Amino acid sequence: MGSGKQKRVIPGTTLFDGDMARKGYALNKMCFSFNSADNRAAFLTDKEGYCDKYGLNAEQKAAVLSLQVLDMLAAGGNAYYLAKLGGIFGLDMQDIGAQQTGVTKDEFKAKLVAAGRR
Amino acid sequence: MAKIVGGINVTHVPYIGRAIANNLQQDPYWKPFFDGFPPVHQWLAKVKPDVAVVIYNDHGLNFFLDKMPTFAVGAAAEYSNADEGWGIPTLPPYIGDQDLSWHMIDSLVEDEFDIVTCQEMLVDHAFTLPLELFWPGQHPCPVRTVPVCVNTVQFPLPTAARCFKFGQAIGRAIESWDTDARVVVIGTGGLSHQLEGQRAGFINKEFDMMFMDKLVTDPLWVTRYSVPELVELTGTQGVELLNWLTCRGALSGDVTKVHGNYHIPISNTASGLLAMQVA
Repeated sequence: MGSGKQKRVIPGTTLFDGDMARKGYALNKMCFSFNSADNRAAFLTDKEGYCDKYGLNAEQKAAVLSLQVLDMLAAGGNAYYLAKLGGIFGLDMQDIGAQQTGVTKDEFKAKLVAAGRR
Repeated sequence: MAKIVGGINVTHVPYIGRAIANNLQQDPYWKPFFDGFPPVHQWLAKVKPDVAVVIYNDHGLNFFLDKMPTFAVGAAAEYSNADEGWGIPTLPPYIGDQDLSWHMIDSLVEDEFDIVTCQEMLVDHAFTLPLELFWPGQHPCPVRTVPVCVNTVQFPLPTAARCFKFGQAIGRAIESWDTDARVVVIGTGGLSHQLEGQRAGFINKEFDMMFMDKLVTDPLWVTRYSVPELVELTGTQGVELLNWLTCRGALSGDVTKVHGNYHIPISNTASGLLAMQVA
């Protein structure tokens, strides 16, 4: 799978293009379903069964069950849809940012504040 | 003919919704952001728009990857907000302007922009929060609305040059609408931020300042960058500046800055506000 085209490389960044949209479709579709409170509750009742219902592959399922954002992104997840999954666990964007960059939430927030002083 | 009174661009971070619901406008974290708005409120009270054309990107409320239009125009009598899944309050519906919607659709397609038309359309925080910020506490919102959704989610995104031309076509559409309505164009999103990956938290103040300056005086400046270059310079979500550029495209003639504000951070985002008027 893949377009075969040379892509621009931006370190630490994945452009959510056609290759990723194809790869991540089931995962993103599951996350899109979390707009509904009933679906969020159903997921919490049986996470694995809910993943299976949406046809997630093993990589996607492992990433979701371990709540590892970088793994979900590598499996084709899109940030906007994944944020709906994060919301179920009360994770905000600083929690998600800290996890992805390997720092504490306070350190991540300090980095954002520092960006305003430059 | 209808008159475009100006354009306003603003950040649309979801948590602004929670801050409004909890009355945190004067909280030390939020104050530098909310203090940017009174001059815009005063300007709006002076220019008195009847309709707002709101250019934004949907984050998975109305559109999913099953059908992802590059440009979509609402044509409904009313637009509802709904549960977006991340725990921000759902806001009351917004009144549409179907006459302007269909006039814009006719004019845009005639102008070779083959947009998707939506007689039913949920609107997410990127549409609702700017209206809440510009007309705080007013339900229903005192302006009629036409949503214009731009794909900034799934690449390929429209190029900066294409977005500017789309904005110009929106401007021509509005100005050929045979009414005496006063229209404000709103563009939402940005400025620099990146939610995902090892580069999460990326912010580029220097680029944002330049962009806000150039958008008023020389909007074609930003069209020199490809979309991947804009991602590199502003982050994966900073590319929402395409909505600002589309809004600017709708303003023709002598455009001057009414008011601007810029503050880092709101959530993970460099927040921006820029109101422009047309002479």
